[in-house]
Amino acid sequence: MSDAPLLEVNGVGKRFGGFIALADIEIAVQPGERVGLIGPNGSGKSTLVNCICGTLRNETGSVRFAGQKLEGKAAHQRTRLGLARSFQLPRPFTTMTLAENLRVPILYAVNVRSGHATVDVEARCDDLLRMVGLADKAHRLPRDLTQIEMRKLELARAMASEPRLLISDEAMAGLSHGEVDDILALLLQLNAQGVTIIMIEHIMRAVLAFSQRLIVLVAGRKIADGDPQAVVRQQDVVEAYLGS
Amino acid sequence: MRNTSFIALLIAAAAAVFAAMLWVGNGYVFFAGYVVLQYIVLATAWNILGGYTGYVNFGVAAFFACGAYSTVVLHKLWGPPLVVMILVGGAVSGLIGLGTGYLTLRLRGTFFGIATLAMSVVAETLITNWQFVGGSRGAYIIRPEHAPHLPLDYIQYLCLVMLGLSVLAIATARAIEHSRLGVGFATIRDDELAAEASGVPTLRLKLIATVLSGGFMGMAGAPLPYYVTYLDPSSGFNLTYAVNTIAMPLIGGTATWLGPLIGAVLLGTLQQVATVTISSALSLLIVGLMLVGFVVAAPNGIIGWFKPAVRTSMRRLRGSR
Amino acid sequence: MDLSFNLLGNAIVSGVLLGGFYAAVSIGVSISFGMLDIVNIAHPAFILLGSYIAYIANTWWGVDPILASVIALPAFYLLGVGIYSVYEVSFERRGDTSLRGLAFFFGLLFITEVTLVLVFGVDYRLVNAPYIGPSIHLGEIELPLRLLVPCLVALVMFGVLQLFLSRSFLGRAIQAVAQDPQALRLMAANPTRIKRVAFGLSIATASIAGAVLIIIQPIEPSIGRDYIGRIFAIVVLGGLGSIGGTLVAALTLGIAENLTATFYGPSWSPAVAFGILLLTLAFRPRGLFGRA
Repeated sequence: MSDAPLLEVNGVGKRFGGFIALADIEIAVQPGERVGLIGPNGSGKSTLVNCICGTLRNETGSVRFAGQKLEGKAAHQRTRLGLARSFQLPRPFTTMTLAENLRVPILYAVNVRSGHATVDVEARCDDLLRMVGLADKAHRLPRDLTQIEMRKLELARAMASEPRLLISDEAMAGLSHGEVDDILALLLQLNAQGVTIIMIEHIMRAVLAFSQRLIVLVAGRKIADGDPQAVVRQQDVVEAYLGS
Repeated sequence: MRNTSFIALLIAAAAAVFAAMLWVGNGYVFFAGYVVLQYIVLATAWNILGGYTGYVNFGVAAFFACGAYSTVVLHKLWGPPLVVMILVGGAVSGLIGLGTGYLTLRLRGTFFGIATLAMSVVAETLITNWQFVGGSRGAYIIRPEHAPHLPLDYIQYLCLVMLGLSVLAIATARAIEHSRLGVGFATIRDDELAAEASGVPTLRLKLIATVLSGGFMGMAGAPLPYYVTYLDPSSGFNLTYAVNTIAMPLIGGTATWLGPLIGAVLLGTLQQVATVTISSALSLLIVGLMLVGFVVAAPNGIIGWFKPAVRTSMRRLRGSR
Repeated sequence: MDLSFNLLGNAIVSGVLLGGFYAAVSIGVSISFGMLDIVNIAHPAFILLGSYIAYIANTWWGVDPILASVIALPAFYLLGVGIYSVYEVSFERRGDTSLRGLAFFFGLLFITEVTLVLVFGVDYRLVNAPYIGPSIHLGEIELPLRLLVPCLVALVMFGVLQLFLSRSFLGRAIQAVAQDPQALRLMAANPTRIKRVAFGLSIATASIAGAVLIIIQPIEPSIGRDYIGRIFAIVVLGGLGSIGGTLVAALTLGIAENLTATFYGPSWSPAVAFGILLLTLAFRPRGLFGRA
C-alpha cells in the first residue's frame, strides 16, 4: 500500500488573455484527507477546480489523479476516474426530477466504470436523496427547491458518481448557521465513508472545523499549506484578508 | 410498453394507413401522402438533434438534398434498387453530419446553428457547379411505371417506402427516449457543463445525434428524384424544407416522438390543402407565422397543451438501465 | 504579365470596396451577436426590407436611395426595439435562446422573405442614381462609383458608431452590457433597456445597408440568404465584441471573395465565406480581435 497522493497538482498555471489566474500551483492531497481551500474572491479557487476537473485547460503544469495524468482527458472521463465536483452556483438538470438528476451520474459514471448496470438504480437514488434529506421530494423538479435544497442536490449528484475525491465549491455560501452545520455534517459523514474531500469555503468556522490541512490561494498563487490553526495565524494570510 | 410491442403497433398503423390510401384509390392521395410522410421522417429526424439535445440544425436542405443527389449520381452510374439508394443517401448524409459535427460541436450551440446554415449554401454551391448531376440546369429522372416485385404503381410504392422510413424514424426516436442515450441527450439540453461533470460524454453523444439526424434526413431525400422526376439545386435546396422541418416539431412539441408526428401531419396536410385552395406562397407565409407564434406563445408545442397528462405517463413508461 | 497584374490590382481594389460594403451589411450583427449575444439570423431580411423601401422611394418619388434610407432610420430603430422586446420576454427570460430564440429569428427571416415575394414578386429590382455607372480611373485602377459610394457610406457609418460607442454614455453602457451585464445591474443601470437601444441601433443599420445593397446589385427576395454566411463569417472572424475587427474581417472577405470570383469564377463565391467561417471556428474561435 503506497503513500502516493490521490491528487497531485504540479506547477499548474492558467491565463485568460493577459490576466494570470493561476501561477505555479503545487498541491498534493492524500487519500482520505480533509483539505480546506480558502482565499479572497478572485484568487483563483474556482479556476483551479475547473482545471483539475477538466472544465478548463491549464496551460502549464500537470494534474495527476490516482497516479494517472489527466492531460487531454475530458471532464466526463475525469469524473469516471473518480473525481467529482459540485458547482458553486447549482446547475441541476431543470427538466428532470431530483431522482432523475441523480440517475445521470449512476448511468454514465458508475455503470461505465464498473462495466455493468447498477442493479437497483431507483433504490440507489433513494439512498442518496435520503442522505441529504431530500427523499420526500424525489419526484419534484429542481425549480421547486429552496437554495439550500439545491446545494444539497448538487452535492448528492456529485456523490452519485461514487467519487474517490469530491471538491465542494462554496456549497455553504449565504446559508444560515443551522444550514451550514447541515452541510458540514454531510461532508464529514462522506469523509467517514472514505471519500477524500477538498472544501472550498469562505465561512471560517466551518473550514476550521472540517479541515485537517488548510491551503490558502491569493491572486493565483499558493501562499500557505499546512495545519489550519498555524496557517490562519500566518502573517501573509492575515494580510490577504484584512489588508496590511 | 416495450419497444417491440410499440414497433408492432407502428407497423400495424402504417399498414392500416396504406390500406386506407389504396381504398380511396385516388392518385392524388398518394402524391400528397408522400409529402406528408416525407415530413414525418424529416421532422422526427430533426427533433433527435434539435428537440432532444437542443442543438438547432438549419442545414436541413444540405442533408436532404445530398440524399436526393446521391440518388441522382447512383441512377446515372448504374441504377441500383431504391432501397440501396436510400441506404447510400443515408450514409452520405450521415457522414456529412459527422464531418460538420466534428468541426463545430465543440463550440457553443449557436455557432453550430450558424455553421449549418452557412453549410447549406455551400452544399448548394458545390452541387450547382457539378456538371455530372446537371449543375444548375438540373437532372431528369424517369419514374418507372410499376413497382419492383409488387403489384403497385411506382408512386404507391414510393409511399410505401416512405411509410417504412417513418416507422423506422419514429421507432428509433422512441427507442432513444427510453434508453440511457435519451437521458444523456436531455442532460446536454438542460446543462452541458453539468452533464460533462456527471460523466456524460457530451461530444460523442452530440455526434451520434447529428449522424442519426442527418442520416435519416438523407434517407428521406433519397427517393425524391423519382417523385419529382426533375431535380435542380434551387428546388432540392429550397428553404421550404428547412422551415417546415423546423416548424413541425416546434409546433407539435419537441419533448417526444409524438410532437414531430403531430406537427408533420397537421402542418403537412394544411399546406397541401392551402396550396390547392389559396396559393403556395401564402401557405408558406402561414407556416412562418405559425412557427413564430408557437415559439413565442406556446413553447411546449401542441403536446404542451396536454402536458401534465403526457409528462406523468412518459415518466411511468421511461425505464432505466 | 502586365495584363494579369492589372487584373490582380483591380480585383484587389474592387475587393476592398466590396469589403467596405460587406462591413456596412455586417455591422448590425456585430452589435446584436457580437455585443448582445443575440443570434439575429434574420438581419439580411431586414436589410432587404431596407432595399425595397429605397427602391420604392427611388422609383415612385425619385428620391436618392441613401437619402431614403436615412429618412427610414427611425422606423427601423423602432422595429428593432419592438423585436427585442418580444425576444426578451419570450426567450431571454425563459432561458431558451439557443433553440427557440434561434427558431424565432429563422421564422422572421422566412416570413419577411415570403412577404416580399408576395408583394414584389421574384423579379430583380434596381435603383437609379447618378453614381451608378460611372467610374473613377486612377492610372490603370478602375474605381466604380457604384462600389465606391457604398464603401464610403459604410466607413462613415462605422465612424459614427465607433464614436457613439466610445464617447457617449449610452454607447459605453452598451459596451459594458456586452462585457458584464451583472456588474451593470449592480450599478443600477437596466441592462434590458440598454440592450433594447442597442438592438434598435442594430436594425437601424439595416436600413442604410439595404440602400447600399440595392446600389451595388439588383435585388430579389431570396438573396438575403446568401448574406447570412458572409455576415456571420465576418463577425466571427473579426471577433465578437469588436467593431473594428468586423471592419477588418469584412475587408478580408471582400478581397478573398473577389479574388476567387476573378480567377475561379463567381459561382464559387458563397463557398469562400463558409470556408473562412469554418476555419475560424476550428482554429481561432475568438476571431482576430475578440475577447479571450
